[in-house]
Amino acid sequence: MSDIRGALQRVSRHNLFWPALALVLLVVANVIYRPGFVKIEMLQGHLYGSLVDILRQSAPLIIIALGMTLVIATGGIDLSVGSVVAIGGAVAVSYVSGLDDQNSVGGVLVACLLAAAVGAAFGLWNGILVAGIGIAPIIATLILMVAGRGIAQLITEGQIITINSAPYKLLGAGFWLTLPFALFIAAALILLTALLTRRTALGMFVESVGGNAEASRLAGIRSRRFILLVYVFSGFCAGTAGLLATSDVSAADGNQAGLYWELDAILAVVIGGTSLAGGRFSLGGTVLGAIFIKTLTTTVYSMGINPQQALLFKALVVILVCLIQSPQFRETVAGSWRRRRRRPEPPAAPAEHPKVEVPA
Amino acid sequence: MSTTTPTSTPPAPMPPASTPLWQQALAYRPPRRYVPVLATLLLLLVMYTIGVSQYRAFSDVQVIFNVFIDNGFLLIVAVGMTFVILTGGIDLSVGSVVAMTTMIASAMLQDGAYPAWFVLIVCLTVGPTLGFLMGCVIHYFHIQPFIVTLAGLFFARGVCTWIDTSSIPITDPFWTSMAQQRIRFSGNFVSISVIIAFVLVAIAMYVLAYTRIGRNTYAVGGNEQSALLMGLPVGRTKIAVYTISGFCSALGGIVLSFYTGSGNPLIAIGMELDAIAAVVIGGTLLTGGSGYVLGTVFGVLVLGIIQTLITFDGRLSSWWTKMVIGALLFAFILLQRLLSLRKT
Repeated sequence: MSDIRGALQRVSRHNLFWPALALVLLVVANVIYRPGFVKIEMLQGHLYGSLVDILRQSAPLIIIALGMTLVIATGGIDLSVGSVVAIGGAVAVSYVSGLDDQNSVGGVLVACLLAAAVGAAFGLWNGILVAGIGIAPIIATLILMVAGRGIAQLITEGQIITINSAPYKLLGAGFWLTLPFALFIAAALILLTALLTRRTALGMFVESVGGNAEASRLAGIRSRRFILLVYVFSGFCAGTAGLLATSDVSAADGNQAGLYWELDAILAVVIGGTSLAGGRFSLGGTVLGAIFIKTLTTTVYSMGINPQQALLFKALVVILVCLIQSPQFRETVAGSWRRRRRRPEPPAAPAEHPKVEVPA
Repeated sequence: MSTTTPTSTPPAPMPPASTPLWQQALAYRPPRRYVPVLATLLLLLVMYTIGVSQYRAFSDVQVIFNVFIDNGFLLIVAVGMTFVILTGGIDLSVGSVVAMTTMIASAMLQDGAYPAWFVLIVCLTVGPTLGFLMGCVIHYFHIQPFIVTLAGLFFARGVCTWIDTSSIPITDPFWTSMAQQRIRFSGNFVSISVIIAFVLVAIAMYVLAYTRIGRNTYAVGGNEQSALLMGLPVGRTKIAVYTISGFCSALGGIVLSFYTGSGNPLIAIGMELDAIAAVVIGGTLLTGGSGYVLGTVFGVLVLGIIQTLITFDGRLSSWWTKMVIGALLFAFILLQRLLSLRKT
């Protein structure tokens, strides 16, 4: 009995426990509502099914959230990713639309590089504001969040540019080895980020900067350089996600592309168990969080609820997940539950109190 | 003046009276806490001068009045946002709450189901209630204001489309009379909304400067830990500012429904950014503790005049507005940063 309880406690303390539990519950709810939810079938050499679709749609969000995770781990936040998605997409699509042969692979590759580079350049701007001038991250990135939409519309000249390019279409909507191509891009970036942060000291440096920038600087870590770096990476990720977002619809819309994505990305990171205060991060949690958000959206759609009303569910789930992660809330709930159970035996054991305080 | 002083007094090393008036004026340094607001005022005057020198019709006083008429609801919302930002928080839900209020009002007024006064009361209760709940979650469960109000944004927008997915016209006689009422000043006019906005601004200025809750707001924003140690009711203040912001958003929603004569579930998307931009351009520190409602009024005016200038120009497209606002945000944030650097 105590063994089981101990094991349960160990599992529930694992940082991926809460996001994974939420995702599993959501999938189970879906299966009860619609048993065909988990069915995956082969059609014309591709895998088809709700789960595959959800994964494909999660790819751009996962990519943005990866960059956001590192930014948040340094104690910062990047509000500009949605706008940078729009800019990256606009740059790539307007480049492809200007090509003589829109189907040339070389041209599309250049467009991809352009989008990523432009994204990184805007990330550099954010990084300079935060690390160089010392402006609070939420404020510094707010500038680009507001102005970025204008820049994206400037690139597309206020129009929605449409293209007809097969290789570009492959990026976000195509299949490769029976799986959506976007998944490979996302997986490659996850792998790259995980290797760089967990197999080298980079991740530890980022966490130490987030824990206490001044202390890490005194310890000999170039805090500013790492802060600059994570914003550049976040911009790079957003630019890349812009490729996928525009490729999916073969069009660049400066106004709508990536709208509110920064909020989704931040939610994915928070649901994944990364504290907004900085100091530590969980890439696995972020990926789970991103998939969770997209699953939730799909669930709501498949229940025949208006996409706009889906926001209502999103709000409730966000609050619920955040409340569960809040140590104060768990304390309150656990406390009242314990009190009710304990009522027959008055002496309360204060020693048990700290055990409940599981860090989110 | 100095000639009347007796010669027997020992001459001061640098008697201030002996310097010419223009030098005194040049040497005048306004208190540092007023610098951002004065900078905004200066910017406002420069922009207005540019407008007047470029376009003949710009000098019409009605242009300024129109800026107020078109941005009255933004001013109201920005006043509430000023309170929240002064405590170092942020409220992303304002745009959605504005839209939700217009939807509640129009849905309840449909076919004259409820009298206008009752609808007003309900509208002005729902917004603050949501704000109060968000404040409670922020304070008691220590979740970042950013995340909580983000959930509020989603929630209120969801309620909008839950009520109706398309816009509802308002035909209530009270609403139409409020919309059409013109208050005239020698040939020019403002709408009722502008009067409401100004009354709110006056109340907000009084509350922030002279009441306990106002001083607590500054104290919590300046340093929450110190405020707590001083025995100030930090929690109550934090919950109060989100309630105030909710109230202002609801009032803004009502004023907007006067202005548009309908409830629209998709209206005021991204308005939270305009409100935050107005507050920051108005010189309020986003980290909290310093700023004035008057600055916010200037900030809203700056945004309004940018739009007016771009409309007058006719060649520039609407997206230039966003880029100019972004550039101004950058300039003012840089100014704030420089000022805070000089202080330390």
